[in-house]
Amino acid sequence: MSTRVVLDRSDIARALTRIAHEILERNKGPGDVLVLGIPTRGVPLATRVAATMTSVEGVEVPAGALDITMYRDDLRLQPARALARTEIPPRGVDDAVVVLVDDVLFSGRTIRAALDALNDVGRPRAVQLAVLVDRGHRQLPIRADFVGKNLPTSLTETVQVRLQEYDGVDSVAISAGRG
Amino acid sequence: MKSHLLSTGDLTKGDALRVLDTAAELRSLADRPIKKLPTLRGRTVVNLFFEDSTRTRISFEAAAKRLSADVINFSAKGSSVSKGESLKDTALTLEAMGADAVVIRHGSSGAPHRLASSGWVRSSVINAGDGTHEHPTQALLDAFTMRRHLGDLDGRRVAIVGDVLHSRVARSNALLLSTLGAEVTLVAPPTLLPVGVSSWPVATSYDLDAALEKTDVVMMLRVQRERMNAAFFPSAREYSRRYGLDDRRFARLPDHAIVMHPGPMNRGMEIAANVADSHRSVIVEQVTNGVAVRMAVLYLLLSGADTTEHAAGEPTA
Amino acid sequence: MTTYLVTGASLLGSGSGDLLLADGHLGDPADAPPDAVRIDASGLVALPGLVDLHTHLREPGREDAETVESGSRAAARGGFTAVHAMANTEPVADTAGVVEQVWHLGQTAGYCDVRPVGAVTAGLTGQRLAELGAMADSAARVRVFSDDGVCVSDAVLMRRALEYVKAFDGVVAQHAQEPRLTEDAQMNEGTMSGVLGMQGWPAVAEEAIIARDCLLAGHVGSRLHICHVSTAGSVELIRWAKSKGWNVTAEVTPHHLLLTDELVASYDPIYKVNPPLRTADDVEALRAGLADGTIDCVATDHAPHPTEDKECEWAAAAMGMLGLETALSVVQAAMVDTGRLTWAEVADRMSVRPARIGRVSDQGQALETGSPANVVLVDPAATRAVEPADSASLSRNTPFRGMELPGAVVATFLHGRATVLDGKLQ
Repeated sequence: MSTRVVLDRSDIARALTRIAHEILERNKGPGDVLVLGIPTRGVPLATRVAATMTSVEGVEVPAGALDITMYRDDLRLQPARALARTEIPPRGVDDAVVVLVDDVLFSGRTIRAALDALNDVGRPRAVQLAVLVDRGHRQLPIRADFVGKNLPTSLTETVQVRLQEYDGVDSVAISAGRG
Repeated sequence: MKSHLLSTGDLTKGDALRVLDTAAELRSLADRPIKKLPTLRGRTVVNLFFEDSTRTRISFEAAAKRLSADVINFSAKGSSVSKGESLKDTALTLEAMGADAVVIRHGSSGAPHRLASSGWVRSSVINAGDGTHEHPTQALLDAFTMRRHLGDLDGRRVAIVGDVLHSRVARSNALLLSTLGAEVTLVAPPTLLPVGVSSWPVATSYDLDAALEKTDVVMMLRVQRERMNAAFFPSAREYSRRYGLDDRRFARLPDHAIVMHPGPMNRGMEIAANVADSHRSVIVEQVTNGVAVRMAVLYLLLSGADTTEHAAGEPTA
Repeated sequence: MTTYLVTGASLLGSGSGDLLLADGHLGDPADAPPDAVRIDASGLVALPGLVDLHTHLREPGREDAETVESGSRAAARGGFTAVHAMANTEPVADTAGVVEQVWHLGQTAGYCDVRPVGAVTAGLTGQRLAELGAMADSAARVRVFSDDGVCVSDAVLMRRALEYVKAFDGVVAQHAQEPRLTEDAQMNEGTMSGVLGMQGWPAVAEEAIIARDCLLAGHVGSRLHICHVSTAGSVELIRWAKSKGWNVTAEVTPHHLLLTDELVASYDPIYKVNPPLRTADDVEALRAGLADGTIDCVATDHAPHPTEDKECEWAAAAMGMLGLETALSVVQAAMVDTGRLTWAEVADRMSVRPARIGRVSDQGQALETGSPANVVLVDPAATRAVEPADSASLSRNTPFRGMELPGAVVATFLHGRATVLDGKLQ
């Protein structure tokens, strides 16, 4: 099985910095923006993007986490999953511009679940989506507002995102599928 | 986790922690405006209660409904069961109705095992209290409540006091808490300790005062007054004097210790009214936590795949 | 009547010999007529027909569970030529009329000698004596009296019964169970009952009654038989009573020789029985007691129950297990294959002694010329998996289902007539 690194540490850092700037530009500043990462690796990405926005603007941009496990549409197909933490910043999501952050955008089903989960937490003014990698093969009418890198892949390939916070290293790699 | 929850003795430490951790996430739901999750939409949970227990049934019902499951309450009273229908026929009826989980409360020890192993139903069976055997979700919610107040239970001391012999709560707690690393002491008059308790993973004592000094948790069990008619103890007054948690004993508890009771309480018998209502009593909180723990159990038992119908390979990210 | 010449059988498990079964008796094989049916019994063990002191045939009253005919067919398949039908029928066998009815049904069925047991107390209520003498004098010639299913717990009534049956050489077979100590009892009281949360049936409830009754039997000089001994303590008490020279005998069931209360952890009522399955230590003591003769005999306590009485939760289930068709195999597994009993001793414990206790004169005799031709041929090398559906009983509640058991009954002869040949009922 061959593995190819497509983004290294500095590539990822540059991509996240660009996304932070794009979010600020799109929303005309940090006002009402709330960044929610989707566990597991969306959460540190959200924290990093929010930190960049905070340092650029000098205004605290709140970040949090939104677990979507209980909203997944494949719960009956897999062994029960452990839940991850949902942490909504104290201001809440009502009337906020919520930027959802995930590592890889693929079928779109995770984002569908995240929209449902968000709906049960409150009513944002708008929801936007930022992803580190968009590898295509959408199964739902969902697209990202902010993309770190578009990565055309085959369905048999696997995209693996590693982050310092969990894996001790920042990288994005593609592996050829087995068989 | 297995496909049934029959005894806490079947749970590994990993299984138990998974339930408790899941419950901890679900507990936060209680503070949200929308308390419902879509997780078990389209699935059917049957509450099959051969014994009255409004509080346990309501707790399971709330848990199932918050996960969007359809709930059917099947109470033996006033149903065909009271007309002599057998457990088997009742089970076959539920199976025909497409129950995904059966929450069963039964007066006969082992009835949930029987249901789970007989082949009468394919659904998951959850023991909601069987005879004088076990009440696993009560023990899980007790452990959950302890963890919220004391953190990790490893090395914590828990005294379970009262009618251990007839208590399914005591059995389930003794097994679960020792799996979680707690040091459990069962405190009771010799007549109310089961034969063979020396083989349990617990210590025993006849002396409540000695056990209270060092305990982190004191869990009082309900004592039925009828027991004195069968000579388990001479009188309510004597029981209360020797094994009741009164104001004097309460004052001697360590400062951080919490007081628990699975309910319903006999105020003035095993627990003084002041103690039950004190700030160190977590009895009301136990009820709240019960819903989160039962949600966790339902989620973990029902959301997972039947290994037979596992569909692999679909991209899900 | 067909004359059979059995050749090359291992008589009581040793040597090789022939048996001539003619006109209901054993004859000299040298006198075999030319038209005698020859049965090659090489590799088979020949024993006197087995005698069961403790069988529930359920008729009259529960013909859905068993009848005298179906039960005696099961008995024949198990190698029995005589069974004692317990008195707890509906109506109770407490009058000459009922015991004669059961006896006649047995005669009509013709698969084994059915010896009715008479109730000790009228209606098994423990209040007053049944008409023991009338039953003894009836056509059924009752000699064994028992309230089995319930204990004769009243000490005075027990004493009187023991004394009274002396007039006709009867024996009182006690179901030893102190009633107050066993209220709502579900299983052996011990580690398992504590873990499983079930009301316990303590060994002391059996032993206390046995101790009392041995003392009573010694005091009044009567014959006492203890049904289904199940605990190590009971074995010790009986050993002590025998050492005093008192006329005390005892039986053990096959299931108490093989199974333990660990099986109850399944909560499957197939393992629910009274007295309950005990611990491995008790099983060991029972085997030792049977081996040294403290326990006189094996008795099946064959207790058929319809499916619905076992297909339910434990507490609601009936107590009892089938036993007739598996008894000899279980004894082989527990006692012979473990080297604790020879086949000659098996004949003693399953035929000679029970016949003597029940005063059945034409059963349990030596395999010699002139004896009644009650013979069973066993293939000790056979093995079989117990399949409930194969049973000749109307019920299916065998705790041995699925177990591989050694030995198979190849033929059973009742007074010279084959009730089983080639393992099949005739």
